[in-house]
Amino acid sequence: MRRLALLLLLATPAAAAPPPGATTCSGCHGAPGGAVPSLAGHSAEDIAAAMAAFRTGARPATVMNRIAKGFSDEESRAIAAWIAQGGGQ
Amino acid sequence: MTGIGRRAVLAGLAATSFARPSLAQGARGRVVVIGGGFGGTTAARALQRAGIGVTLVEPAETYLACPFSNEVIAGMRPLSAQAFGYDGVRASGVTIARTRAEAVDGAARQVRLADGQVLDYDRLILSPGIALRFDALPGYDAAAAQAMPHAWKAGAQTELLARQLAAMPEGGTVVMSVPGNPYRCPPGPYERASLIAWFLKTRKPRAKLIVLDAKDTFSKQRLFESAWRALYPDILEYVPLAAGGQVTSVDPGQMSVATDFSTYKADVACIIPPQRAAPIATAAGVTDRSGWCPIDPVTFESRLVPRIHVIGDAAIAGAMPKSAFAANAQAKVCADAVADLLAGRTPVAPKLVNTCYSLVAPGYGISVAGVYHPDKGVLADVEGAGGTSPLDAPDDVRKQEAVYAEDWYRTITAAVFG
Ligand SMILES: Cc1cc2nc3c(=O)[nH]c(=O)nc-3n(C[C@H](O)[C@H](O)[C@H](O)COP(=O)(O)OP(=O)(O)OC[C@H]3O[C@@H](n4cnc5c(N)ncnc54)[C@H](O)[C@@H]3O)c2cc1C
Ligand code: HEC
Repeated sequence: MRRLALLLLLATPAAAAPPPGATTCSGCHGAPGGAVPSLAGHSAEDIAAAMAAFRTGARPATVMNRIAKGFSDEESRAIAAWIAQGGGQ
Repeated sequence: MTGIGRRAVLAGLAATSFARPSLAQGARGRVVVIGGGFGGTTAARALQRAGIGVTLVEPAETYLACPFSNEVIAGMRPLSAQAFGYDGVRASGVTIARTRAEAVDGAARQVRLADGQVLDYDRLILSPGIALRFDALPGYDAAAAQAMPHAWKAGAQTELLARQLAAMPEGGTVVMSVPGNPYRCPPGPYERASLIAWFLKTRKPRAKLIVLDAKDTFSKQRLFESAWRALYPDILEYVPLAAGGQVTSVDPGQMSVATDFSTYKADVACIIPPQRAAPIATAAGVTDRSGWCPIDPVTFESRLVPRIHVIGDAAIAGAMPKSAFAANAQAKVCADAVADLLAGRTPVAPKLVNTCYSLVAPGYGISVAGVYHPDKGVLADVEGAGGTSPLDAPDDVRKQEAVYAEDWYRTITAAVFG
């Protein structure tokens, strides 16, 4: 929390801003312990790789396949990096 | 910058230096949010987190959430599972004015509250939800809703409909009326029909449900209809527009519901009337002739009055449906855009997701998802993304989606009100 506030103060505007789509994920992904897997503690690589696998259908899903198809690889990576840095928490 | 834009900025500077101090004065500008529902509360908290002083105007001490309220109607959960207080919101630092906003002066950039207070703003965010139109369906006014509940705002209406269903005679008939688009929660009426049918099947198996619809196609239609055929073939009768489903008048005294073709006698009638943006939106001058609020798809700023942003059900959000999920997603995008605008930055084009889960029976969930982006001035579907749960999914997937639906509700209400 404190780190986020510092980031907001220090970072350049572009770096502070969540990339397109990033704030939408926390609609379902919350704290650990729920049925929907939490994204807390996941590395950016893991999140981006999961998004890619959901997009191609390589990884089965109830809903992530339909969501991941709306994001390019580049967009997914940007979102993954933001989430992994604690964005949106 | 256009002439109007520059004048507004100049006026903004002048107003800032002379205005009286507002309730919550942030370093970078004052934001007022009207409506403490899914959209407004989310926006207020996001701005607060970004260090922007914000006052949330909401008259109710307890918010009653609509998602899952169809389960309350079917006796599957208590209304208390829908109730959320604002202690967590206050604790997060948001100032709450616990009263109604009565007027908005978009030129002076002021909101007048019912308790007499006047709030100045640099940016105003409206998330006031809907008004039920009691002038649209002959016979259906506020008094009629006491006999024929809409239950389209959670609360006393939800409990009334639940009580009426529980008290209905054994072989009774329930009639539902569903409006044309647009309205709050596109799949909501069909989830309600499903859960009422489940209630009848398990408690009053000789009873019937007739669903009269003012349109021919609807959200998750193939999934709903295939579930109805499988689960409720002798209970639920669906009458689309093409088969005479449009209700043209109701008579609460007679408990009758009329279409152009026939008149249905009901033991219980649930009438969901046409809707529009809540009255404060019209008072602020941000509704168009449709009764809803046209907005810019990047910032959610009104197309009609500068510096007023509209999110949630009240907004015309293009392909995005009017849902709690969408209101929450829009609120976060709008808060970021407002923070950018207050800091003199240009907001970047956003992407948003919506997902609406519906239950057709306990443990049987289905969903529709979409990804949206600004395209040609409106929020449009990202091609190739989104869609509904598969038609042929096995039972364990339906069960899993019912679990995810419940988990979504827990997560989003914790994020908004926790
Ligand atoms: C039966 C049913 C089931 C639903 N199920 C789902 C679902 O499963 N998933 C989903 O995503 N969505 C669902 N929805 C839709 C969801 O409830 C709405 O889309 C959502 O509440 C919209 O949020 P909002 O912020 O626009 O408005 P609201 O949540 O209605 O909040 C508006 C707030 O503004 C306040 N207000 C109004 N006027 C003023 C004023 N003048 N001054 C101050 N405050 C004011 C009101 O008191 C209210 O608290 C369902 C709806 C219904 C009816
Ligand atoms: C509608 C709810 C919903 C939304 C919105 C959503 N997710 Fe998911 N997510 C799920 C569910 C449910 C799963 C489990 C797989 C499945 O059934 O789809 C999941 C799984 C994942 C996983 C795998 C996690 C693991 O530990 O296995 C990742 C990564 C992920 N989502 C990322 C995202 C990102 C990034 C976004 C935003 C762009 C997002 N999700 C938006 C519901 C959602």
